[in-house]
Amino acid sequence: MSFDYDKYIRPGKLPHIWCPGCGHGIVMKGLIRAIDTLGLQKNNTAIVSGIGCASRLPGYMDFCTLHTAHGRAAAFATGVKMAKPEMNVILVGGDGDGTAIGGNHFIHACRRNIDMTYIIMNNNIYGMTGGQFSPCTPTGAKASTTVYGNPDPAFDVAKLAIGAGATFVARGTAYHATQIDKLIAEAIQHKGFSVVEILDDCPTTYGRRNKFKSVIEMMNRLKDVAVPVKAAEKMTAEQLEGKILTGVLYKEERPNYTDEYAKVIERAKK
Amino acid sequence: MEKTPANIEIIEKYCKGCHICVEFCPTKVLEMKGFVASVKNLEACIKCMQCELRCPDFAIKVS
Repeated sequence: MSFDYDKYIRPGKLPHIWCPGCGHGIVMKGLIRAIDTLGLQKNNTAIVSGIGCASRLPGYMDFCTLHTAHGRAAAFATGVKMAKPEMNVILVGGDGDGTAIGGNHFIHACRRNIDMTYIIMNNNIYGMTGGQFSPCTPTGAKASTTVYGNPDPAFDVAKLAIGAGATFVARGTAYHATQIDKLIAEAIQHKGFSVVEILDDCPTTYGRRNKFKSVIEMMNRLKDVAVPVKAAEKMTAEQLEGKILTGVLYKEERPNYTDEYAKVIERAKK
Repeated sequence: MEKTPANIEIIEKYCKGCHICVEFCPTKVLEMKGFVASVKNLEACIKCMQCELRCPDFAIKVS
């Protein structure tokens, strides 16, 4: 039976602006399915984004949405959560928006463990502005500003989030479409700051500069590099060379910021 | 039990011709007709929903 996505999309907003073969649409579908599974209410769910291709997502979603300044999604979302702690707050954005321009907001939101879910669509590049290299562009890869290959090592977004103190970190890919909604649903249910990194493809600005002949080749690369965490436990270091772990990578229970701040308010009232 | 035939709706206005549905269909039901995807062999459809699931443009509905 066909899934009714239209129920959650603003009327008249489709077709979206993303390029042919861009995985952001697949992630958006996953997010919609996750929201449907959890039965989140439209007027009690805020979707917040910064600037970029991935950050166009809230514009299509028929929820309370906020499209903010570049990299500032976490800052605005913190404001929403503090003003309305009962609201489900979901942040979406790309790798450049989240880890470069908004890197500082991102790590401090992780550290605070504020009860929100951050979906980072990692397509290894700044797509919207013309294919400049981002902190997630792999070493040696070509971008419009690294035409002879990128000399920098890339960020591991999941490790960055774990290191900064996020209490739920998961990773999926745009190829593994059925896994996306499960990871996002689990992340939304988690009490604390949860990060879901989705490895994505950008055929227009990344693929054509890095010898990917088609969208299908990019999707198959995602299929080949992804190794589920449980399968990785049985593999040797050599077998894991060049592979990327997917699934729930880290989970812990820790007091979250909204609860702790409520206690501060109580103490101040005495 | 008689198999109910699948109904594949392709919204041509939304389709951007990325080939994902055509490539990932396990029974090769779909093909590219010019710029957009179209149904080639409906009888072969096993309703696995892979095309609907993977279409980034919300352009396919299988029922």
